[in-house]
Amino acid sequence: MITGLGVVAPGGIGAKAFWEMLTAGRTATRPITLFDAAPFRCRIAAEVDFDPAREGLSPKEIRRMDRAGQFAVVATREALADSGLGADLDRSRLGVSLGSAIGNSSRMEEEYVAISDGGRDWLVDHRFTVPYSYSYIALNSLATEVAWAARCEGPAVVVSAGCTSGLDAVGHAVQLIEDGTADVMVTGATDAPLTPITMACFDALKATTPRNDDPASGCRPFHRDRDGIVLGEGAAIFVVEELEHARRRGANIRAEVLGYANRANAYHMTGLRPDGLELAESIRAALDQARVGPSDIGYVNAHGSGTRQNDLHETAAVKRALGPAAYEVPMSSIKSMVGHSLGAIGAIEIAACVLVIQEGVIPPTANLTEQDPLCDLDYVPLVARKQRTDTVLTIGSGFGGFQTAMVLAAPGQVTP
Amino acid sequence: MTTTVVTGVGVAAPNGVGTEEYWRATLAGQSGIGPIRLFDASPYPVKLAGETGLDATAYIPGKFRAQTDHMTHLAMSAAVMALADAEVDPAEMPEFDMGVTVANSSGGIMFGQRELQRLWSQGPTHVSAYMSVAWFYAATAGQLSIRHGMKGPALVLASEQAGGLDAVGHARRQIRRGTPLMVTGGSDASLSPGGLAFQIATGMLSTHDDPARAYLPFDRDAGGYLPGNGGAILILEDAAAAQTRGAPGCYGKIAGYAATFDPPGDDEGPATDVRAYDPPRGSGRVPRLRRAAELALADAGISPAEVDVVFADAWGLPGPDLEEAIAITELFGPRGVPVTAPKTMTGRLYAGGGALDLVTALLAIRDQIIPPTVNVTRQAPGIDLDLVLAEPRPHTIRHALVLARGLGGHNSAVVLTAPTTPLRNPQRSER
Repeated sequence: MITGLGVVAPGGIGAKAFWEMLTAGRTATRPITLFDAAPFRCRIAAEVDFDPAREGLSPKEIRRMDRAGQFAVVATREALADSGLGADLDRSRLGVSLGSAIGNSSRMEEEYVAISDGGRDWLVDHRFTVPYSYSYIALNSLATEVAWAARCEGPAVVVSAGCTSGLDAVGHAVQLIEDGTADVMVTGATDAPLTPITMACFDALKATTPRNDDPASGCRPFHRDRDGIVLGEGAAIFVVEELEHARRRGANIRAEVLGYANRANAYHMTGLRPDGLELAESIRAALDQARVGPSDIGYVNAHGSGTRQNDLHETAAVKRALGPAAYEVPMSSIKSMVGHSLGAIGAIEIAACVLVIQEGVIPPTANLTEQDPLCDLDYVPLVARKQRTDTVLTIGSGFGGFQTAMVLAAPGQVTP
Repeated sequence: MTTTVVTGVGVAAPNGVGTEEYWRATLAGQSGIGPIRLFDASPYPVKLAGETGLDATAYIPGKFRAQTDHMTHLAMSAAVMALADAEVDPAEMPEFDMGVTVANSSGGIMFGQRELQRLWSQGPTHVSAYMSVAWFYAATAGQLSIRHGMKGPALVLASEQAGGLDAVGHARRQIRRGTPLMVTGGSDASLSPGGLAFQIATGMLSTHDDPARAYLPFDRDAGGYLPGNGGAILILEDAAAAQTRGAPGCYGKIAGYAATFDPPGDDEGPATDVRAYDPPRGSGRVPRLRRAAELALADAGISPAEVDVVFADAWGLPGPDLEEAIAITELFGPRGVPVTAPKTMTGRLYAGGGALDLVTALLAIRDQIIPPTVNVTRQAPGIDLDLVLAEPRPHTIRHALVLARGLGGHNSAVVLTAPTTPLRNPQRSER
């Protein structure tokens, strides 16, 4: 049961601002301001206008935490407040499962630049490190920050599976609750990839769009002219809770995670086969666990990263898994608006799904003015759609070949 | 509930590449800690570490080697050994019936530092197309699934030094949920100039230049730890499925697993504060490390009296050593159980450390002998453990408890239980 929600996303901090942006079909993609992007092939991204002090972080926290950690802690505080969890919580039964693809790499790069004297020295100067330098390479430190913010005493871990990290972190949290290991999990994901090194990585792969002259419509999933990812950043954090625990304290249940599965394509670290076999298998397994059929799905939150390879792979996978129902169900990509925040986006998309279920509105695929004829599903172009839906599917695929699917539903909709 | 067994193991450790080579060295007390050779460490106060002698060309095709960091070479090599040990040919198995959960902590840092240098000294067009997939934390899970055609659940877990145990706990969970075989364990290769500099910043590394005096957990001269590169891979299987496919036997059962977290006692934050571990003395709170061990024992359905050996986390700093010793003593009584820390011969391998300790404990069960803790001579005041010092100790071992802690507050514990049917062809070490 999802009983708390917190979001830090491009275009808006907090679940409310995030949802307003999505339903307005507005995009947050723009020229990069966080660093000088002039030497890069791709110079646009979806940035969060984030002032950590204004978001309540103390000077010590700001000094200590990477931008990804700051996003996660701000979203955690929002989610905890939203959940109404009280001081009487048994913290030994509270765990943390946080997703991240690239961890604290923003601070890691900054520290590296300082100790290598701007990349000049291979034998870096350790005397110029800061006390928290090690936490910028040790991925777990993101989980410790969230666990600290939540005063967790149960299991705490970072789940990393590239671009599906967010889905897998929440899936892991749900498994711990199902297995009786925890009553409450603080879970979700964070990433802050808008840095020179990560932009360079995507430049090198030509995975990001070179559409620098038209940043607002840079990310065009399922469009015949789409030509790459627009990177984003952010975090979404949830309080996930065992049903009886939530009921006993009269929690406001926003939605329920009914099914989760992840599979590997065992094919290529960055490549996808057009048949979508493994993603389809992941969807089928998630539906099975949820005990719902293809026609029960009222909305599909697409991976929709904005590459031709993904569009064909994903369209094939959804058809393969849902059969004829694939042609009936609306499917949209919010990456068209908030960009691709690597490990975080899976969690941000779960947040969108929770709000779809609660608000009865389906966010559009922005910029979809001309659909690729090879992509023949209903991608909800340009304008949000008022449509009540109880059961939704969200999917992701990413570097490493990971393919993940999750089914969410309005509370009490499906009785296993 | 299904039983999860370990049917194969592989090791790439500083004191031995290959399970039997590692085990022979470990029983003989041969340390893999020595002067850093991967780069010129002379500018740094830390000059020692555990480096492996891995020749990755023996295990990994060139295409995979070029696209991956040393952290992935370690795990991929150990996986080849472990699959052979379990007599698994992945090509013969249904591809969705095999999954991968491995632990990692510091990413592909040598590869990463090289590309960062190219970016900052030459510009973005000089960055390798492999940087993203070689450096990122999930690299090893992706590469293992590709290399062996495994399409089941796959991901990476990170909880610093506790990660190897958490990965095994996660892998067992996936087996119980219907994936018959999981490749699990962990690896790390934190040693590059930048990686070492970042670690030095914690103030927890030993600056001693004598390999025999640098890393002395529980000793009154404990003054820090040494890092190492390395890792281990375990093949976990559903016991019934392993029997059906004619597995050669098993090393033991993953009988219990649990993890807890220590919230710090003050507002200083958890990131690198040693004081973050366990509640302050006199606070009345049960130490979380002890709690993790108790939960793992309960999960295994055994009492502390049934535990025959404890593989300690053995941080090598006075505070964390004392906390661990107190947790063990509270659980088992004064000198109530043999305790050992073979990682005194490898250094702390981070995500690879817990995985290697699990393999070591399984070998101890197989050969009914406890490997030694080397170099430690006099226990620190307040610590009174039955440490297995200097020499291996023959011992009847049915249940082993393995402990691990990750910086920031992670505690994990695994209980391993001897198999009811031993390995069909036990490769007993020739000592």
